[in-house]
Amino acid sequence: MLSRQWIHGWLLLLPALAFIFLFTHIPAITTIWNSFQSTPRGRRPSQFVGLDNYERLIGDPVFWKVLVNNLWFALGTIPVSIALSIAMALFVNRAFAGRSLVRMAYFTPTVLPLIAVANIWLFFYTPGFGLIDQVLGAFGRGQSNLLGSPDTALGAIIVVSIWKEAGFFMIFYLAALQAIPPQLAEAARIEGAGGWTIFRRITFPMMMPTTLFVSVNAVINAFRLVDHIFILTGGGPDNASSLLLYYIYETSFRFWDTAYGATLTVVMLALLGLFAIGQFFLFDRKVHYK
Amino acid sequence: MSPGFTARGRAIRLESIVKRWDDTVALDQVHIDVAPGSFTALLGPSGCGKSTLLRIVAGLEQASAGRVMIGEEDVTDRPADKRDLSMVFQSYALFPHLSVAENIIFGLRTRGVKRSERQARLERVAHLLGLEALLERKPSALSGGQQQRVALGRAVIAERSICLMDEPLSNLDAKLRQTMRTELRALQRELGFTMLYVTHDQVEAITMADRVVLMNAGRVEQAATPTELYERPATTFAARFIGTPPMNLIPAAAFGQAGLRLERALGVAVQVGIRPEAMHPAHGAGTFEMRVTGVEYLGADALVQGRIGEAPAQMRVPGHAMPEVGSTVAVSVAADEFHVFDAGTGARLATPDPASLLARTGFSVATRGAEAPVINQRTP
Repeated sequence: MLSRQWIHGWLLLLPALAFIFLFTHIPAITTIWNSFQSTPRGRRPSQFVGLDNYERLIGDPVFWKVLVNNLWFALGTIPVSIALSIAMALFVNRAFAGRSLVRMAYFTPTVLPLIAVANIWLFFYTPGFGLIDQVLGAFGRGQSNLLGSPDTALGAIIVVSIWKEAGFFMIFYLAALQAIPPQLAEAARIEGAGGWTIFRRITFPMMMPTTLFVSVNAVINAFRLVDHIFILTGGGPDNASSLLLYYIYETSFRFWDTAYGATLTVVMLALLGLFAIGQFFLFDRKVHYK
Repeated sequence: MSPGFTARGRAIRLESIVKRWDDTVALDQVHIDVAPGSFTALLGPSGCGKSTLLRIVAGLEQASAGRVMIGEEDVTDRPADKRDLSMVFQSYALFPHLSVAENIIFGLRTRGVKRSERQARLERVAHLLGLEALLERKPSALSGGQQQRVALGRAVIAERSICLMDEPLSNLDAKLRQTMRTELRALQRELGFTMLYVTHDQVEAITMADRVVLMNAGRVEQAATPTELYERPATTFAARFIGTPPMNLIPAAAFGQAGLRLERALGVAVQVGIRPEAMHPAHGAGTFEMRVTGVEYLGADALVQGRIGEAPAQMRVPGHAMPEVGSTVAVSVAADEFHVFDAGTGARLATPDPASLLARTGFSVATRGAEAPVINQRTP
């Protein structure tokens, strides 16, 4: 009887277990294994090369370039999109005519397919007759090529990402705001707290769990971005707007250097893991769970 | 006054307060005077507008019309923090991410009180409320009663002249509620502030307050001392709301000829109100007869359900002297235990000399005996 239960238990677990191994654990282990192998080419099968791939990575200027790009990208998108999403959530949390319309408008970028978003912005950025140039032109400014020049390409992509992310994060902050009992703000008001004090001492600290969740997600998203770059710049010019995952994509699936691609992936996963752990420790004392 | 506390109560005066939401009128021409330093309870069933009224006094809600006066000042358009009052919420509204100490001194901090002063006041309040050992805890690590004390601490530390409380005891269990009633009352006396206290619990209102403002459907039914409210209810609503079990309201016709003569003498259709504890089984003929339909034994006493004529009524008798179900008992009632209400408007009819009126109309009332009625203090 007992052993039958045991079998039933495993049978029930099996489908989920199969999927998680098939799509998560096995690929992860294969990737780590591949990073210690050479890339198979033609008749030459792959062979164990130890840390050769990692040595190559340390000496690879493009890797360092995209890593730095990615850090700038994270620094540019995360704080701004979080601040913006809090501001938007606070705004649409009060009662006013057309509130649900504004909420929907804020959330629209999240619902739109990534490719559509990238194409919309491609149009905005188009030199000469794009939206930005038309507006600038009305003020007598000349043409700009934001996506085409190395100085502005990354910035232009950062703007697109903020636009896309802020509305998504707003939903979480809106939910967090609505979970705060209104009596807390009323009690604070009676005690002489103004709007800013209420936000700083009550609303924001009480949203810390959401901030932690959102910031972990934002970091992952910052290292996961590939589709916008694919459409908008292709990583150029001269890798000025290329990010880590895009570089991995190019290495693995355009140049078919799968071993080096696996090495890059392992490094990225390690980085993300470190960031997530770091965030939990950093926020730990500040986060109050009810 | 305990040393170090300097709060002095100020009067509150509400003039013709009206509150409308779209079509619904939540408060309709409410006048209330609260004496400085008094404990006034706003009592009423849920939805009667008492909490809304409190929020209007607090400045959390704007009245649609009317004036709010505190002391001699018109504060109608003043924000909540400029009215020199504190408030305890039903949910306590403690800040869950702040320690007990930080919760209590929150207001002092926002007003920029110096650190040494904050600390001194915190120690005094913590001592007063017995919170010394809990100051570093978060509210979630406290029991309901302790949270209640923290909310009280936050309300009294600033030594405001007025304290508003919105059903502060309703989240506590019955036993703790009883202790806190005594403590709250003692605290208010000691610190001397004016207390405006919202409750739906008549026992709370009657045991704690100097004055009870009974509200119903956005209007004041009666504002009086607890004794007066019990002994001379101004309306049938007040008569039924105060007292457990509620006052019997019996149409005059149920008393037969005597009842009809009473109505003729007063010139209107009347309802006669008699408290269950004012009715006593008579040894002789009694004032009227009651047919017993049920008996509920409660220990010290028993509730007798029955009918007077066709009207249902309840009588409280000692637990050892229960009548048989199905029997008919003679009941005697003293003349001043008869409350006469206008059957149409529900208002109390003035009867300057009830004894002679009742004698004239043919009620043989009892003279006031040894058994004086007491306010029923059983907690629900």
